[in-house]
Amino acid sequence: MANKLISEMRLPKSIANIFAARNITTAKDALSLTELELMKLLDVELSEVRSALALMSEIVCPPYQTALLLMEQRAATEHLGGHLPTRLKGLDAALCGGVPFGVVTELVGPPGTGKTQFCLKLSLLAALPAHYGGLDGGVIYIDVESTFSSRRMIEMGASSFPEIFHSKGMAQEMAGRILVLQPTSLSEFTESLEKIKVSLLQNQVKLLVIDSMEALVPGGHEQRAPGQHPLSWHISLITSLAEFSRIPIVVTNQVRPQSHDESCLYPFQVQKMDRILKDRTRYYSHIVAVLGFHWAHAVTIRLVLEAKSGQRFMNVEKSPTSPPLAFSFTINPSGISLLTDDGTEMVVPETCNLSSR
Amino acid sequence: MEVSKLPISATQRGKLISAGYTSLSSICSASSSDISRGTQTAWDMLQEEQESLARITTSCADLDNILGGGIGCREVTEIGGVPGIGKTQLGIQLAVNVQIPVEFGGLGGKAIYIDTEGSFMVERALQIAEACVEDMLEYNRFLRNDCQVKTQPKDILENIFYFRICSYTEQSAVINYLDKFVSEHKDVKVVIIDSIAFHFRHGFVDLALRTRVLSGIALKLMNLAKKFSLAVVLLNQVTTKYTEGSFQLCLALGDSWSHCCTNRLILYWNSNERHAYIDKSPYLRSASASYSVTSRGIRNSTSRSKRIKMMI
Repeated sequence: MANKLISEMRLPKSIANIFAARNITTAKDALSLTELELMKLLDVELSEVRSALALMSEIVCPPYQTALLLMEQRAATEHLGGHLPTRLKGLDAALCGGVPFGVVTELVGPPGTGKTQFCLKLSLLAALPAHYGGLDGGVIYIDVESTFSSRRMIEMGASSFPEIFHSKGMAQEMAGRILVLQPTSLSEFTESLEKIKVSLLQNQVKLLVIDSMEALVPGGHEQRAPGQHPLSWHISLITSLAEFSRIPIVVTNQVRPQSHDESCLYPFQVQKMDRILKDRTRYYSHIVAVLGFHWAHAVTIRLVLEAKSGQRFMNVEKSPTSPPLAFSFTINPSGISLLTDDGTEMVVPETCNLSSR
Repeated sequence: MEVSKLPISATQRGKLISAGYTSLSSICSASSSDISRGTQTAWDMLQEEQESLARITTSCADLDNILGGGIGCREVTEIGGVPGIGKTQLGIQLAVNVQIPVEFGGLGGKAIYIDTEGSFMVERALQIAEACVEDMLEYNRFLRNDCQVKTQPKDILENIFYFRICSYTEQSAVINYLDKFVSEHKDVKVVIIDSIAFHFRHGFVDLALRTRVLSGIALKLMNLAKKFSLAVVLLNQVTTKYTEGSFQLCLALGDSWSHCCTNRLILYWNSNERHAYIDKSPYLRSASASYSVTSRGIRNSTSRSKRIKMMI
C-alpha cells in the first residue's frame, strides 16, 4: 500500500505531473514529507497540496472493519475463531481457545524447563488433520540450538494419538509436514525468513516455531547500549508474517540474570524513591528477558516456565484475555500435561523469582 | 519589497506567501486579526471548553479522579508504559466506554481504533463489552431507573471502527483520511492509536525527518480533536535513556515528541500494583493512582493500602 504509484492514483492531471516532475513517484515519498516541504518542493499552493494529500491518503489508507465484522469473519473462516488448541484444558481456557493466530506467543524460561518439549508438541498438533483438532498443515521449525528431536516428537505422537500413529504411513506423513531449519548464523536465519515469506504466502504453513530467539543474537547476553537492536528487522518481519498469514508464531527465549545496576525506573520515580524502595522495584527487569523492550512490546502472549522445589510451573504472564495464572505441569511421554485444570492467580512478582533446575 | 526577500524563516515566508501576502505593503495594510486568522480570545475558549465538558470514563474511579473525570475531548492524551502494563487494555476499555449512552452518563459515541502493532484482540473487546452491558443493567436495577438498556455487546463491537496499519506511510495516510472519515461518521467521539511509536521507531533513518513528520501528525490530530470535539488517545511504548549515570525509562520517540501531546499519562508498576501517573498536563495536577486489569476490564485496584498520592 505504501509503495503505490502516484501515477496510478487518478489524481488531477496537473498535480500528478508535478509530482512526477519532482521525482516523487510513490505514496511513501509523498507522505514522508511535511505539507510545507511539499509546497516548497512542488511550488504549488498549500490548499492544492492538502487536497492532493487528502486524495492520496484516502487511497493508501487500508479499509476499515468494525470489530464485530472482524470477530464474525474469524469465527466463520478460522479454526476455533483463530486458535490452535494446546490440549491443556486450563491453558486453552485462559487463552480463549488456544495459541492465537496472527500474533507472537513467547515461551520464556531457564534451560531445562520444558520449552522445547512444548514446541515439539505444538508442532505435532498443528500437523494433525482437522478432525483430530489440528490445523492440517505444514509447520516450519527453526531450530537454532539443535535441540529438535524427531524421535521425541514421534514418541509424543504415538503416546497421545495411538490410533493415528499406528498406521506407519501416518507417522511419516505427520513428520513429513514439519520442516526443520537449522541456521548457524544470523545471516542464515535472515535468509531462511525470506524464504519462509514465500511459502507462507502460498498458504501451506500453519505454524512457525523459532527455538530459540536469543541464541541468534551475536554477542550473547551483555547489556546492550541503546540503539538499533540487531534483531529489529527480524522482529518486525516476524510480527508482520504472523499477521498477514494469520498463523500462530511461537518463539522461545531465555531469561537473563538480574544485574545490579539495572534500575529501570522513570525519572519521576527516581526522584521520589529512596534506596530500599529502588531495590524492590527492580523485579521488573526479568520480564524484559533477553531481547529488550522492542521484543517485549512485539510479543502478545508470554508464558513463563519455571521449576520451583521440584515442581514445574507454566505461568501465563502476559495475555490480553487472562489475568496472570500459574499452572503446574509435568512432562511425560505424551508431551506436557497439566496437573490441575484451574490455574492459580498470581501476584506478578512471584514470577520474578525464577530459579533454574 | 518582496516577501521572499524578507529576513524571516522559510516557513513563515511560505505561510505569508500562501496566504497571499507577496509584498511588504500588503502586509502593512492588513490588520492583525486578518493575518492571524483562527485566533480566539481566552474567554471564548473557556466558553467553548465548558460546553464540551464531556469526558470518557476509564471505569476505574481512582483513575477518573486524577484525570478530572476521565479522558477529555478536544485534546490529545498520550498514554505510555512498559509492555504488559495494560495500555491496549485501557485503549479497548475507552473504545467501549465512549459508547455508554448519555442516559448513563456517557457520550453515546463511536470509536476509531487504529492498530499499528496487531495487539487488538477481538475476544478481549467482547469480554469488556459484555462486562460494560452487565454493569449498565446493574446500575439500572440499583437506581430503579426507567431507561432501558438497549445496547448489546455485539452493538458495541459494531461501533468500533478498526484500521490495521502496517507502515508509517499508512499511518500518515490514515491520519490524513480521518478528517473525511469523521465528517462522514459524526458520532465518532474517540480516536485511539495503538501504538503511535511502532512504525516510527525502526523505519526511519533520517531522525530529523522523523521529528518533522511526527510534529505534523501531532498537529493534525490536535486539529481533528478540536474540530470534531473528540478525544484522541495515543498509546506509546517505552525505551531506556542514559541520564544521570544510569539507564532510566522514558517514552519512545524522543524529547521533541514529548512536547507534542496535551496530556501525558505514564502507566507503571509500583510494588505489585499497576499505577498511573500524570506526567504532563496543562491543567491536571501531578498525581498517581492505582488501577487493576480484571477479566471485566480496567477497574479500581482492590488493595487495602491504596490512596491517591499527590505529587507537587
